Amino acid sequence: MRQNELKMPINKLSEEPKQVLTVNKWKFMVWLFIITIIMLFASQTSAYLVRRAEGNWVEFDIPQIFWFSTIVLLISSVSMHFSLQSAKKNNQSMLKMAVAITFAFGIAFLVMQYLGWQNLQQQGVFLKGNPSGSFFYVFTGLHMAHLLIGLGILIATFIMAFRMKINSKNTLLVEVCATAWHFLDLLWVYLFVFLLYFR
Amino acid sequence: MAAAAHADVHANEHDHAHEHHEQSFIRKYIFSEDHKVIAKQYLISGIIWALIGGFLSLVFRLQLGYPGIDLGWLKPILGERWFDDTGKLDPNYYIALVTMHGTIMVFFVLTAGLSGTFSNFLIPLQVGARDMASGFINMLSYWFFFLSSVIMFSSLFVHDGPAGGGWVIYPPLSALPDAAPGSATGMTLWLISMAIFIVSSLLGSVNYVTTVINLRTRGMTFDKMPLTIWAFTFTAILGILSFPVLFSAALLLIFDRSFGTSFYLSDIYINGQALPNQGGSPILFQHLFWFLGHPEVYIVILPALGMTSEIIATNSRKPIFGYRAMIFSMLGIMFLAFIVWAHHMFMTGMNPFLGSVFMLLTLIIAVPSAVKAFNYITTMWRGNIVFTPAMLFSIGLVSFFVSGGVTGIILGNSALDIQLHDTYFVVAHFHLVMGSAAFFGMVAGVYHWFPKMFGRMMNATLGYIHFWVTIAGVYVVFFPQHYLGIAGFPRRYYAYTGFDFTNKYQDLAELSTIAAIVVFAANIIFLFNFFYSIFWGKKATANPWRSNTLEWTTPVEPGHGNWPGEIPVVYRWPYDYSKPGAAEDFIPQHIPFSATPESNLEEENEQIKEEREIEGIQFNHSIPD
Repeated sequence: MRQNELKMPINKLSEEPKQVLTVNKWKFMVWLFIITIIMLFASQTSAYLVRRAEGNWVEFDIPQIFWFSTIVLLISSVSMHFSLQSAKKNNQSMLKMAVAITFAFGIAFLVMQYLGWQNLQQQGVFLKGNPSGSFFYVFTGLHMAHLLIGLGILIATFIMAFRMKINSKNTLLVEVCATAWHFLDLLWVYLFVFLLYFR
Repeated sequence: MAAAAHADVHANEHDHAHEHHEQSFIRKYIFSEDHKVIAKQYLISGIIWALIGGFLSLVFRLQLGYPGIDLGWLKPILGERWFDDTGKLDPNYYIALVTMHGTIMVFFVLTAGLSGTFSNFLIPLQVGARDMASGFINMLSYWFFFLSSVIMFSSLFVHDGPAGGGWVIYPPLSALPDAAPGSATGMTLWLISMAIFIVSSLLGSVNYVTTVINLRTRGMTFDKMPLTIWAFTFTAILGILSFPVLFSAALLLIFDRSFGTSFYLSDIYINGQALPNQGGSPILFQHLFWFLGHPEVYIVILPALGMTSEIIATNSRKPIFGYRAMIFSMLGIMFLAFIVWAHHMFMTGMNPFLGSVFMLLTLIIAVPSAVKAFNYITTMWRGNIVFTPAMLFSIGLVSFFVSGGVTGIILGNSALDIQLHDTYFVVAHFHLVMGSAAFFGMVAGVYHWFPKMFGRMMNATLGYIHFWVTIAGVYVVFFPQHYLGIAGFPRRYYAYTGFDFTNKYQDLAELSTIAAIVVFAANIIFLFNFFYSIFWGKKATANPWRSNTLEWTTPVEPGHGNWPGEIPVVYRWPYDYSKPGAAEDFIPQHIPFSATPESNLEEENEQIKEEREIEGIQFNHSIPD
């Protein structure tokens, strides 16, 4: 922008050219990727409903640990929010800590999901078998796969924060990271409520 | 200027416009991030795939036209084991050939080859951007496509042969590796390849939409965008919404095949042995598949229609008839694409009431499609038509779109579909309306934008020969197939000679085969013309078709960053052809109204005072979430 102002004749400057607001392209792309993920899970859950409506559907109890993992993921969203706030306030140490905490909770979530799978197997619900159980494994597994991507972005954010590349003027990466992470959080809540309700 | 504004907002982002250092060969031509190079990579890959796909179709057409013909001479190419001692084609390999022909043509040629080439090439050039929103993601998109191509190609040569069972890969056949040779390794590779293809397609689509939304030049408002850009954007949105669903379908199929789940499997016996799978539903796959599958046919045809709009308006020297009607009809087609998928499934025992609903929605598609067809015809009406090869192919597209679309209305009726489902009538229908029409759009695009791609002209005479042989040939190939279909002959059958009632249609099948060979030969002429012209064609001028859109304001061979100086500003829509009062019969988009007082309409004179405002626009890309 500065370059343009230099090139512009003086009288133009006084006219204050209109600024056209457009969305940052990276943020826009993240939203488009989110739409693709929404379509993926929308198709999965509607396949679940279509299949369930046909009968021959085995019900099982969802292990308690999935409640705890949900809480862990919700907490990680809070700390993600703090990361963004501290980036905007230029609070570097807080930023690093909040990103690290988010990452740790993300890992904890993955571990708890895995433990949940083991509980399910102890209950006698396996990937092979009635589609009700198979769907449960596929949903949680797909979500975990996407969460791994989220963790990747978190690592990138942490490295950039460590190199002091993130500040109140350059919050793009943290913002993108926060958007993705909150989305993954919300996605899990949706899946969990869905799986609880349509058992 | 827009690019400069970016650089200011993101300190770590390179400003490509002002980079002039020489790149290494690998960065420039292989792992390139330049949209023009990536477009050419897609084009060449698409052409190679089209050759392979076309060749496969000739092999099975020979078998259909001359059942039991000695094809032993193909052993060195396709492998010994697919032909018996007399050179007769193996029936399992026949269905694999059909499957691969469909997969290759639909996904690798008419999706990647068409959208990949022209969305990449034209979006930045026509909206006035230095490059795609993310050159890196764009490069990634191509190389994912390349990887999926390599896997799909290698599946042609595995021991059990490539995937069989049709491009729709319905389970349970495709879910059970023991069910048929075509369900073994070949199917696994098919699924892996398609999963990677979907990733590639999504990366590409996300980039196209972002570029169109965020990187338009000053003055390029939505109501001034060329219809090509509208079409590419709608195509990309269709891809973003539908390809994840195919991924879903493929994922569950992969689980069924490799991990023993039963999403699609129930009560199956192979060789008298019951399988353990219980509780699955093969119809579920069809729902998921066709939720992609139907939008996919619009992913194939919309870019072709968009380019046709541009080419027909340019070469009729007339403004496009019904610019807004064109946009809204494409929007309508896009919307309807998502709620008609079950018309592929009328025969699955669905509730007849549901069938009627889907029938109604399907038939409604005829309305926006007809709007488009009429608009093309009315654009040409009383125009000073220049019959370039590109124009001829565009007219050919309209012809196919109409004649194939009419049979679509027949097939969309759930009652008529009972007779016609999975017969050659369907084959004829979609080969005309989406196969040949989209192919013609692609070829028209190549002829039209070749000068911008390679800085040289293609030979017009060879183009005319190519056109006339191809359009006549394609009709001769597919028209008889309507009759075969009405008579009840099913598609994907190995030979017509198996049944008494179809024996008498053998001559029609033979005619199809002969015409197919002729069409293939005509396209060899095109290939020669294409590759010859890249190196030795006549040098092109900057704007050989006297066209209005922005890509023709670049140098003959646009370099990195597309425009050497500032990106032109846009003042008018792209269809000011033969404007009364104007000196020339075209006024490009970057000519301000203040420069053309002799041809301005009253409301355009009023827009003159907005010109300073448009020039002064500064983009601020920092909207917070």
